[in-house]
Amino acid sequence: MLFTSYEFLFFLLILLGLYYVIPARFQWVLLLGFSYLFYLAANPWYLLYILTTTVTVYLSAVRIEKIRAEQKAYLAQNKDSLDREARKKYKGRQQKRMWHMLLAGLLFNLGILAVVKYANFAIHNLNIVLHTFGSPSEIRPLDLLLPMGISFYTFQALGYLIDVYRGSCSAEKNLFRFALFVSFFPQLIQGPISRFHELSQTLYAEHPFDRSQLLGGLQRILWGFFKKLVIADRIIIGVNEIIKNPEQYSGAYVFVGMMFYAAELYADFTGGIDITIGIAQCLGIVVTENFNRPYFSKSIKEYWRRWHITMGTWFTDYIFYPVSICRPMLKLSQFSRKHFGDVIGKRIPVYLSSFLVWFATGIWHGASWNFIVWGLGNWVVIMISQEFEPCYQKFHGKFHVKDKNWFRLFQIVRTVLLMSCLRTFDCYRDVPLTFRMFGTMFTTGNWHILWDGSLLALGLGCADYVILAAGVALLICVSLLQRRGSVRQQIAAKPYAVRFAAWYGLFLAVLILGVYGIGYDANQFIYNQF
Amino acid sequence: MDELLEILRDLHEDIDFETCETLIDDKILDSFDIVTIIAEIANTFDVKISAEHITPQNFNSAKALYQLIQKLEAEE
Repeated sequence: MLFTSYEFLFFLLILLGLYYVIPARFQWVLLLGFSYLFYLAANPWYLLYILTTTVTVYLSAVRIEKIRAEQKAYLAQNKDSLDREARKKYKGRQQKRMWHMLLAGLLFNLGILAVVKYANFAIHNLNIVLHTFGSPSEIRPLDLLLPMGISFYTFQALGYLIDVYRGSCSAEKNLFRFALFVSFFPQLIQGPISRFHELSQTLYAEHPFDRSQLLGGLQRILWGFFKKLVIADRIIIGVNEIIKNPEQYSGAYVFVGMMFYAAELYADFTGGIDITIGIAQCLGIVVTENFNRPYFSKSIKEYWRRWHITMGTWFTDYIFYPVSICRPMLKLSQFSRKHFGDVIGKRIPVYLSSFLVWFATGIWHGASWNFIVWGLGNWVVIMISQEFEPCYQKFHGKFHVKDKNWFRLFQIVRTVLLMSCLRTFDCYRDVPLTFRMFGTMFTTGNWHILWDGSLLALGLGCADYVILAAGVALLICVSLLQRRGSVRQQIAAKPYAVRFAAWYGLFLAVLILGVYGIGYDANQFIYNQF
Repeated sequence: MDELLEILRDLHEDIDFETCETLIDDKILDSFDIVTIIAEIANTFDVKISAEHITPQNFNSAKALYQLIQKLEAEE
């Protein structure tokens, strides 16, 4: 059930009606029921997977908390009889028990993810190796179901389990309440990846009807619909035409496809998140923001702090930090210092851990080499810019252009271009083809297609280009206005006529300019596939 | 404290670490810096800072970081 489908609007309408009619203490129960209904509508078998993750993570977390409580009680009871050494020994034993529970929960659930998402990728690569060595046998791919949003809900559940282990949040005692945290439908299929201590503050609370919250949520949903239906679903026609016919569209077309894809991905993903956060707001629930005007970043490192924020912080908190500061890594760092000097020794933990993180980020996006190369491409660019940091500082010390508007603009354009170049791996989904098509940009010399009308043959007419130009200009204006805070609040402070024109105009734009038509079937959100 | 300040100055010589209390909030230290600092602290103070200690409160100032080191030293 797509967010942009009529079925979903009907589903949401019924939910909102019931949500504010039933006693407020049952609201979260209703949400759980509707979340499972949402998942059930996609495929009843999906439920099996999400229920397994819910129950195993719930049990592991409760067990970890129980061990911690036992430890606390034992230490309090034996405060006087235990010396420092005995306390340390006991704590070490308990820590080990908790670690085993954590490990069991992690391995089991990551195992499910690995099998359903990556088994066929592994088999495919194994077959290539077998063929290379002349083996006639071939392993048959598995016929596995890939549950919708499995990467998102698995990461959210495992993040919670690690937080419980670290003691930064308490385990949820009620299985059904925890089930809602894992399956909360607005964020189930494309995030954000919420943290328990944040989402739980409003997820289980009682929410009396609040007209301004509902209105604010609906406005956010409308803005999301505009991004998705008017911009993303329109520009995707041009993107698909270019990337699905690489022999026909090379050179400057690749550049056009790259830039179109940058706009499409932004409108699609941020539009989807706007709808998610808007639905949650209608229900009185606060879902964390996932974007902070990423295309205004001045470096790739900054871009990744502002794009898909919850995924970035997840990888940082649960992979990058633990790996880079674990004992073996620190020992390796010390070893390298001793043998290769301070300069290399210092870099070892950062380089190795960030390599792992970017490899994981790549493969998280999809089980194919193009995503892995894309992830590692990001790693290479970030590491190079990290190494050049002293040069940048020297440059800025000498030329004082850091705060000049033209230099900022240069940095922003550079970042958007770099990110768009890396994303060509995502577009063509084939590593050798991507390199070949990228190369044609510098060899074909057909830049005249930008102004001779050739772009009108990509399935987009003049009217489409006018709508897209206006839509992208509106996105940029809204992003600029966001520097002063919430745009919805800024509009709310305007006179009635302005407010009416803004929201009614947006509503009409979605209604009239959205990409519909006979046999309309809205495009799947890009991030739904993860 | 002097040894810690030296570690921090090695990373960002332009920051006054003795007075700055918003190292994380103002994004002066990023995740790469934090990992380097933890490795340096392990090397200099022989103290292991775990992932759960990586919070803005512990890393926002040199003073807070030094208090964390002292706490961990006492625990070990």
